[in-house]
Amino acid sequence: MTDFAVPDAGGHFGAYGGRFVAETLIEPLRQLEDAYARLKDDSAFKAELERDLHDYVGRPSPLYFAERLTKAWGGARIYLKREDLNHTGAHKINNTVGQALLARALGKTRIIAETGAGQHGVATATVAARLGLKCVVYMGSEDVARQSPNVYRMKLLGAEVRPVDSGSRTLKDALNEALRDWVTNVDDTYYLIGTVAGPHPYPMIVRDFNAVVGREVLQQAQAAFGRLPDALVACVGGGSNAMGLFHAFLPHEDVALYGVEAGGEGLASGHHAARLSGPGRPGVLHGNRTYVLADDNGQILGTHSISAGLDYPGVGPEHAWLKDIGRAHYVAITDNEALAAFHELSLVEGIIPALESSHAVAYAKKLAPQLGLDKNIVVNLSGRGDKDIFAIAEREGVKL
Amino acid sequence: MNAPQTGRLAATFARLQASGRKGLIPYLTAGDPTPAATVPIMHALVTAGADVLEFGVPFSDPMADGPVIQRACERALSHHTGLWDVLDMVAEFRRTDTTTPIVLMGYLNPVVICGVEAFAQRAAQAGVDGVLSVDLAVEEAADFVSTFRTAGLDSVFLLAPTSADARVTAVNEYAGGFLYYVSLKGVTGAATIDLDDVEKHVGRIRARTKLPIAVGFGIRDARSAAAVARVADAVVVGSALVAEIEAHRDDVAGLPSRLAAKLAPMRAALDSLK
Repeated sequence: MTDFAVPDAGGHFGAYGGRFVAETLIEPLRQLEDAYARLKDDSAFKAELERDLHDYVGRPSPLYFAERLTKAWGGARIYLKREDLNHTGAHKINNTVGQALLARALGKTRIIAETGAGQHGVATATVAARLGLKCVVYMGSEDVARQSPNVYRMKLLGAEVRPVDSGSRTLKDALNEALRDWVTNVDDTYYLIGTVAGPHPYPMIVRDFNAVVGREVLQQAQAAFGRLPDALVACVGGGSNAMGLFHAFLPHEDVALYGVEAGGEGLASGHHAARLSGPGRPGVLHGNRTYVLADDNGQILGTHSISAGLDYPGVGPEHAWLKDIGRAHYVAITDNEALAAFHELSLVEGIIPALESSHAVAYAKKLAPQLGLDKNIVVNLSGRGDKDIFAIAEREGVKL
Repeated sequence: MNAPQTGRLAATFARLQASGRKGLIPYLTAGDPTPAATVPIMHALVTAGADVLEFGVPFSDPMADGPVIQRACERALSHHTGLWDVLDMVAEFRRTDTTTPIVLMGYLNPVVICGVEAFAQRAAQAGVDGVLSVDLAVEEAADFVSTFRTAGLDSVFLLAPTSADARVTAVNEYAGGFLYYVSLKGVTGAATIDLDDVEKHVGRIRARTKLPIAVGFGIRDARSAAAVARVADAVVVGSALVAEIEAHRDDVAGLPSRLAAKLAPMRAALDSLK
């Protein structure tokens, strides 16, 4: 039986993860690791986190039976884990609420973050405002353009948004720039990473703070259908909402896990972010060993997805490990399939999903008839689609 | 774990020490501004007084570097300068210079994707002496260092103001050639340097190693080079030279003499310390 008590003391998930950073970042990472080890089982810390998740985030989020969707698809019952109903509209707040408490415990007065779709940036700006901390969010200039509502939201929350013009001007470049800021301002600054990537201990910390999602589903599934789900489906950019849903289920090996990556314009087109389901290979990026999209010279490739949050050439190291050991399956959904799912969920269930989450919905549509009528699928509806409606209108030629 | 102290790096630092001189280590990114420009610049830097060349391998995501070196990487990558091309440049340089040590500086991903063993063997064949992987922390270093050592390559490591004493000792276990103390918190090319602080930390490191200590980050001219060299065995100058390449990137033919003119006063300032 596989031991799912990962990572090891060095932050390794099998051959993946670890801490691949410049020497200047070692000491702050060690401080963070110590602080987290000290606080995670501290009863006062846990009580405060639980209170924040309940009163501020609005947890638990419902597990909703999508009855009309189930009928329409003619297969397994579809349940939606409604992370879109959280404060700020996505699962990202689970992690930022937790890490903000760490930042405060470390005595930091300034928080920085990277963001792709802007959901993590908004969630970070939100907790920074609440704790009275200065906040700077790095965002690729291409993402700034396609996620303008979230940029404005961050500004309303008092954060400074710094567009990043280097490289492909997307999430990976925002992460580079945030790392540079951190290494320069390490004394007063807390780097609040938004996904299960980066150097140890971030993949573990971000997973742990999101794992509340899966723990709730374990209980809610019992209440809803009296047993474990047959399959869990979640989209994977860096992979935080998927790890959050999967984590509590890892030892329950009868529960199939599906991570859905951005297939973009199709794997054959080369314009995608299919690291685990496509041509990714083990490399080192942003402080950890994981699957990356790179050319034969090891240069990181530009990625493409209709959804900014999935547009990333690396992936959380725990996902890389889960792929290799076969515990989770990784698949790709194209831009067009995601867009169709976006519309279908809006029309059939009255829920407008984020484009990221629409990838998970689109895969569930393929899976439901394969599994059959007596089965239950839980889809992580990781975020709501309000932020995407302008970009979608533009793509579909609708004038607002 | 230390590599045997033989080869060009050890010989160069032994010679420097014997003559009471300080080492001068210029950095340039391979392929910047064009692949054809690089080898002539390397030779010119040696003529102007470089003791060791730090040779940057272009990477698409140079996280620990500032905007100057990041743009140098982008210029090199616009000509598709890959890891094997970099080694070809080293081999070409070695046709006429068999003594100046070359340390490759870069990020792990190209090495991992190209294959650590294949890289180590081809690098040694090409005439590389040491490898500095910016994102290789000592915790992850064992396998890499052992592969490099088998091929005859020294592993050069960074130390920072925040590196605790126990860490300096751990790094020293794996390090070869020299230790590279980065004198500032921050990315390459950043602000100014606090000399008292540098002296304090270099002293702390020296108590824990027999290797020579080079200091870099924040050295931009003869004055700062000389000031830092008082407490170090060698100084590394990077962004200041790369900025010169950037400013005159359209005059490729003139770059070797411009770079030499930039480095020569630093050489003179170091030699005046004797």
